[in-house]
Amino acid sequence: MTKTHIFVCGGIGCRAMESEQLRKNFQREILVRGLSDEVQVVTTGCFGFCEKGPLVKILPDQTFYVQVSPDDAAEIVSEHIIHQRKVERLLYIDPETRKRVTESKDMDFYKRQFRIALRNCGVIDPDNIEEYIARDGYSAIAKCLTEYTPEKVIDIVKKSGLRGRGGGGFPTGLKWEITRKSENSQKYVVCNADEGDPGAFMDRSILEGDPHSVIEAMAICGYCIGADKGLIYIRAEYPLAIKRLKRALQQAVDTGLLGRDILGTGFNFEIEIRYGAGAFVCGEETALIHSMEGCRGEPTFKPPFPSVEGYMGKPTNVNNVETFANIPVIINKGAEWFSAIGTEKSKGTKVFALAGKINNVGLIEVPMGTTLREIIYDIGGGIKDGKKFKAVQTGGPSGGCLSEKYLDTPIDYDNLIEAGSMMGSGGMIVLDENDCMVSIAKFYLGFTLDESCGKCAPCRIGNKRLYEKLDKITSGEGTMEDLVRLKSLSLVIKDTSLCGLGQSSPNPVLSTLTNFYDEYVAHVKEKKCPSKQCKDLINFTIIEDKCTGCTLCFRNCPVEAISGEKSKIHHIHQDKCIKCGLCYSKCKFEAILIE
Amino acid sequence: MEKIKSVADLKKLKQQSALSRKSGDESSQQNAITIKVAMATCGIASGARETYDYFVQELKRQKINAIVSQTGCMSYCYAEPTVEITLPHEEPVVFGFVNTAKAQEIVDRYILHHEFVDGVIPASYKTV
Repeated sequence: MTKTHIFVCGGIGCRAMESEQLRKNFQREILVRGLSDEVQVVTTGCFGFCEKGPLVKILPDQTFYVQVSPDDAAEIVSEHIIHQRKVERLLYIDPETRKRVTESKDMDFYKRQFRIALRNCGVIDPDNIEEYIARDGYSAIAKCLTEYTPEKVIDIVKKSGLRGRGGGGFPTGLKWEITRKSENSQKYVVCNADEGDPGAFMDRSILEGDPHSVIEAMAICGYCIGADKGLIYIRAEYPLAIKRLKRALQQAVDTGLLGRDILGTGFNFEIEIRYGAGAFVCGEETALIHSMEGCRGEPTFKPPFPSVEGYMGKPTNVNNVETFANIPVIINKGAEWFSAIGTEKSKGTKVFALAGKINNVGLIEVPMGTTLREIIYDIGGGIKDGKKFKAVQTGGPSGGCLSEKYLDTPIDYDNLIEAGSMMGSGGMIVLDENDCMVSIAKFYLGFTLDESCGKCAPCRIGNKRLYEKLDKITSGEGTMEDLVRLKSLSLVIKDTSLCGLGQSSPNPVLSTLTNFYDEYVAHVKEKKCPSKQCKDLINFTIIEDKCTGCTLCFRNCPVEAISGEKSKIHHIHQDKCIKCGLCYSKCKFEAILIE
Repeated sequence: MEKIKSVADLKKLKQQSALSRKSGDESSQQNAITIKVAMATCGIASGARETYDYFVQELKRQKINAIVSQTGCMSYCYAEPTVEITLPHEEPVVFGFVNTAKAQEIVDRYILHHEFVDGVIPASYKTV
């Protein structure tokens, strides 16, 4: 007979609400009733529905119980397991229909994620083309080549509402149409796999998990715009992605899915890989094209857009990896299906690399319009160590920090821009109460400073001056005038820089100035860092009442700034202290004070 | 590798591979246990290759009919290495934090005795 399984959620969120005790109660109840052979209790990872935790799922009938307290264990065992009657009061109530969800087929309500671009990642063997074909692979290109004209395909992509997933959000179908209309004997399809945002790894995951989807989509794009050559620009620091991509390309060539006369339709398409050295600016399409041509990776003024004059001066369609990964599904399922997902102006799903001070760090794909709250608290399982949420950084160095008031804003391209951030490629870094927003802005600006190509003055010089101002503020020497300058200089850089890098580099500064102005003021006026992160604005001292004289801090201090004898109160010498924080993390009696 | 020269060829290949994966014919592949190890860069960095090797060797040693294969990122970065196991005629189950010790527990309890072990990761997504 099939065993009954009681799955108790062991995610951090549920654990905080006594799910461990609940599990113990289940086990005791099962032991007492002599059911050990028929029923097994299992602790699972996070279900991703943390607001209704602790969660319990019962197999094989798939019943899902929410907000189960340790005291409910006995009732569930006697009612559900023994008498086969569902415990009504613990079932989830659908907020729309106001009905209790009792049928196992309706038990998917907690699944907030929807995978389109990641559909094959973690499902197929990326090195095996047959597995991709088994999951409808290459059926989209077959459909395009045999049933649709290029105009029809472009029309489908346009109607689907797909927008570029690389950051800008330009409508993909429109880009294809413009490139199609640019007349030339030679055109190119370029896949931008130069993923450069710190903390973002969506494109790498797709290329490592499902390389054929990108290859297929590039061929579809080639068919639409009239190109027979594709180029994938990928950073050399992604060796595994390159290896799998190469193998996938070889398999596609060997089976005849790339090359001449594809599927006997007369359509020719081939793909080459071009390596980048990992410069952030090469994610900008004109810089990317120059880099591929063997020139310096520097942007040039647009127009002319690459769709008119791109690689080798020929019309070139540049799309990002995730954008391409969506294409085969759109062709197979239709524009209406795709455009039914998401918000009014942003259709489909978006992959985010969820990182930072969050419990379930991971790669997630959610429909556009999902709120930050759902992402952070349900899918992400909440903030680490039960700390308070402070902000979420989206869009990497080009994006901004969104404060608590944006938690319920549906995420799409336009809402994020309105809130002073941007979608970017999909990095999402969660910050808690211990993160200093001025330091965060400084960190991202430091990144763009390093990565600026130096071609135009506003970006090269402006960002440097901006960084110096921030440095002044974090070292306690800032003035209120600096805050005003910070803003005006940021706006000048935004308005006058040549490319997207400079135009968006002040975003972290501007968004933190808007959303966390108080923190800047505290640094300037009170010379204090509210999050106690800026070394020049904090002091470590020992709380005499709490110090036991255990000598642990004394022994760990790397610069011998702590003195004291065993069992006597210790002291920190401020002139020697380098504020590394080691004493604070080592002390077992919470006797170190940061102020 | 065989050439795919037409849409019919493509459909045929799809059916063949889909058949060999799902249908009820009682070939040895049908009754095999499938084990997929998430092996993107990040999974490998957390030890997925050791886990993969362990499964290959251990299942061979115990003469268990199983197909161990690599796959891409399963997206549970917080629980790497992750492994998906499908027992014949059952739903796939994903396990997190599968180092070799956990892999051994999975072989002994889940694969041999169909007993779940702690660390099951519930599928929290829908897909196309």
